[in-house]
Amino acid sequence: MSTVDITVTVNGRAQTRAVEPRLLLVEFLRETLGFTGTHVGCDSCQCGACVVHVDGKSVKSCAMLAVQADGRDVTTIEGLADGDELHPVQVAFREQHALQCGFCTPGMIMSAVDLLNRDPEPDEAAIRLWLNGNLCRCTGYQNIIRAVEAAGVAMRAADNA
Amino acid sequence: MRAERELELRKAGDDASDASRVDGAVGTATPHDSAVLHVNGRATYTDDIPEPRGLLHAAFGVSTEAHARIRGMDLSRVEAAPGVVAVITASDVPGPNNYGAVIADDPILAEDEVVYAGQPVFAVAATTVDAARRAARLADIDYEPLEAILDPETALERESFVLPSTTLARGDADMAIANAPHRLTGTARVGGQDQFYLEGQISIAIPREGGDLFLYSSTQHPGEIQHSVAKALGLAQKDVTVECRRMGGAFGGKESQPALIACTAAILAQRTGRPVKLRLDRDADMIITGKRHDFVSHYEVGFDDTGRILGIRYNHASRCGASADLSGAVNDRAMFHSDNAYFLEHVAIDSHRCKTHTVSNTAFRGFGGPQGMFACEQVVDDIARHLGRDPLDVRRVNFYGTDSRNVTPYGQTIEDNIIAEIVDQLEASTDYRDRRREIEAWNAKSPVLKRGIALTPVKFGISFTATHLNQAGALVNVYTDGTVQLNHGGTEMGQGLFVKVAQVVAETLQIDLSRIRCTASDTSKVPNASATAASAGSDLNGMAARNAAEKIKRRLTGFAAQHYGCDEHEVRFDNNEVHVGGETLSFAELVHAAYMARVSLSAQGFYKTPKIDYDKTTLTGRPFYYFAYGAACTEVVIDTLTGENRMTRVDILHDCGRSLNPAVDLGQVEGGFIQGAGWLTTEELWWNPRGDLKTHAPATYKIPCASDLPPDFRVTLLESSENREDTIYKSKAVGEPPLMLGLSVFHAIRDAVAACSADPKHAPELEAPATPEHVLDAVMTARGDTRV
Ligand code: FES
Ligand code: FES
Repeated sequence: MSTVDITVTVNGRAQTRAVEPRLLLVEFLRETLGFTGTHVGCDSCQCGACVVHVDGKSVKSCAMLAVQADGRDVTTIEGLADGDELHPVQVAFREQHALQCGFCTPGMIMSAVDLLNRDPEPDEAAIRLWLNGNLCRCTGYQNIIRAVEAAGVAMRAADNA
Repeated sequence: MRAERELELRKAGDDASDASRVDGAVGTATPHDSAVLHVNGRATYTDDIPEPRGLLHAAFGVSTEAHARIRGMDLSRVEAAPGVVAVITASDVPGPNNYGAVIADDPILAEDEVVYAGQPVFAVAATTVDAARRAARLADIDYEPLEAILDPETALERESFVLPSTTLARGDADMAIANAPHRLTGTARVGGQDQFYLEGQISIAIPREGGDLFLYSSTQHPGEIQHSVAKALGLAQKDVTVECRRMGGAFGGKESQPALIACTAAILAQRTGRPVKLRLDRDADMIITGKRHDFVSHYEVGFDDTGRILGIRYNHASRCGASADLSGAVNDRAMFHSDNAYFLEHVAIDSHRCKTHTVSNTAFRGFGGPQGMFACEQVVDDIARHLGRDPLDVRRVNFYGTDSRNVTPYGQTIEDNIIAEIVDQLEASTDYRDRRREIEAWNAKSPVLKRGIALTPVKFGISFTATHLNQAGALVNVYTDGTVQLNHGGTEMGQGLFVKVAQVVAETLQIDLSRIRCTASDTSKVPNASATAASAGSDLNGMAARNAAEKIKRRLTGFAAQHYGCDEHEVRFDNNEVHVGGETLSFAELVHAAYMARVSLSAQGFYKTPKIDYDKTTLTGRPFYYFAYGAACTEVVIDTLTGENRMTRVDILHDCGRSLNPAVDLGQVEGGFIQGAGWLTTEELWWNPRGDLKTHAPATYKIPCASDLPPDFRVTLLESSENREDTIYKSKAVGEPPLMLGLSVFHAIRDAVAACSADPKHAPELEAPATPEHVLDAVMTARGDTRV
């Protein structure tokens, strides 16, 4: 099988690898690079467990080829915190009990961060609509929505400080 | 969001006898023990474990026929495919080719007959996932198709059963029905449900030395995996070790089903001498593994003018699929919950466990209870509509009493009945009566949209019905720095079991939660553990862990008294310190001193549920230690032109006893309710006439998403409740019961459909799930229209 050389910046570090053209971004992240925080829930672009950021925008990484990420900047859940300091969305998910089995959590958080970057003050309806691409089988979503609201409040407060 | 919650109210301290409490004590809303790992993406699921050297990946080759004889099989192209290292069929299974949980009717790989489309026939191990999955499609199998039975009603007609039919009866149902002032017959139909845990089935088998084997498995029952794998491989149980740190959801789907995955990986590992990982992708997972049973329940009921049931007869037929699996116990539980919260004096419940040529159904949160209650609630609703009474009034006249009318059809006296109080409270807090009146007036003026409301109760029996399963073990190790590793037979699937049990140990030893590490469920630490199921996880493992912690505490107390020369009753553990006579030392100091004096700092704990006693042959006795209660009031709106429906407001009041962790419990109630609502509204399993499941991915099978949540969702845990039985800190199990709160959604939709009929006594012919299609059918029937 022929391979293609790509360089992707993942969580701030340039990673150059020879990959098969058909390799999915999620496989590149999980298997080639070992960033297993990005989960595979449905293998078919439906569940959102695999959401990462590509150039700051949320993307289902099972719906993108690794070669399409060549030259771009990818952030996974492992790259969201600033060292030991959690991102406000991470803090809120923990504090608001917005997780049970945790399998949807990384994708959910990456989606929520993108939402709050685009719209710092989403109302509840906007949060629900945005999160429709992320399935959670455990929580019933209530705490997840609360967490996104709480994170929005925290991020606005930090911006104003 | 107008979520009114009482978390804040239930923070620690209200029941503390002394002012100081350890961090993460029992009763506090402590975050999940892995919360930080989860939000960082650093919690390790089975698929995230660093791959061992030489790892192979496996895939199943599956049947394309629902029922056929295998005339011949040519796997040469599979074997020759790139990357393939091994291919196995039934004859390659070293031990008995079976992983049946209860009876041996579940072949790991099909022998000469296939009994459902999607059944594994052979398995491949290859160097990559892709190579294995591609190779698995290259088989040439010659099938001789046989007649397939694809639904429970046909199975019932043909008397095709996986287990003998059973009857539970008390009094004289037929006579009571015949003599009743009113009589009704009807049929309740409810679909199955896929567990749809976000993490699919997965197992990694690693050969070690001397023929022994280590497995990682995403399973609710590591012990069962150990036993099945040992059997299939012809090994002894001592030769197999199984570990599971966490699952990405399970909901019953990882109780018996993971054995198939684990056995296959293990056989391939043993054969190749290399580690083997088998992960099903979503489609394979949904096609190959079992789901909730769908039920068709006919009923005949006699009642008086108030709607009180005088006599009732049920005839349940469930789709068990191709084998027995756990269907016996699932259907028993359906029978035990055909009363829901109602006293049925003269009752006969027939249960048929239908064999169909579809995937073998299995455990799913509620384990048959929801289906029994579904039928029961329809009976009560039909009675109310027949009499022109508010369904809530009919529900109430049928409630179990506290001193009389309090014996279940299976002969258990209910000693903890609080359903009337819960329903009274919820009726008042939801303004149920006013809203019903307002909805009626609104509906009268609204030709297209119709609203509906329903308030339904839940009573759910807690314990495994198989008495012997109600036992648990735990292992507590205290290290010389005063920190603790905790292990027990329970498994973590997201339900918060690990944090709850750790809170119990923190409370018992009076040390902060941060000093305790929960370790992976492991058959070599706590042997012979039951499945984490039946909502009994914290009841059983909490008690076992407390027992272990208390043993150590007693040893430390004895040592301290002797060492410091005081009475044992002068030794007091309190908030990370130990007071010994007049002295105070830290927990770690005492532990270290005890170690120096050669005191054992490790203990196994054990627990078995008291009082339960149940005779399987007569289906009578006390199968349940106690009952959990709750009620939900749901309002919906339906579009009568499209059948679309949505919840507009939901109020829930649920009883968790004295909650070990109100945040975790609240999450269980919310998540359980939404899952129940999904079961009864959007989640539809559909097989084509060939017996292929066509709803095998989220593109075609719809679980609730964020927008399906009611905009107004108010969930409250019952205040000042405590378990009347002596459970762990007087808490109650919470895993399964809230799922059945979802019945209120179905009945609210039914109420809205009823509003479409000119006949005030019309009982809607609505089947579950109440998909737009089913709602539209029911609306048209209610209006007397025929479908074009
Ligand atoms: S795995 Fe990518 S969306 Fe489900
Ligand atoms: S927490 Fe389990 S899927 Fe969301």
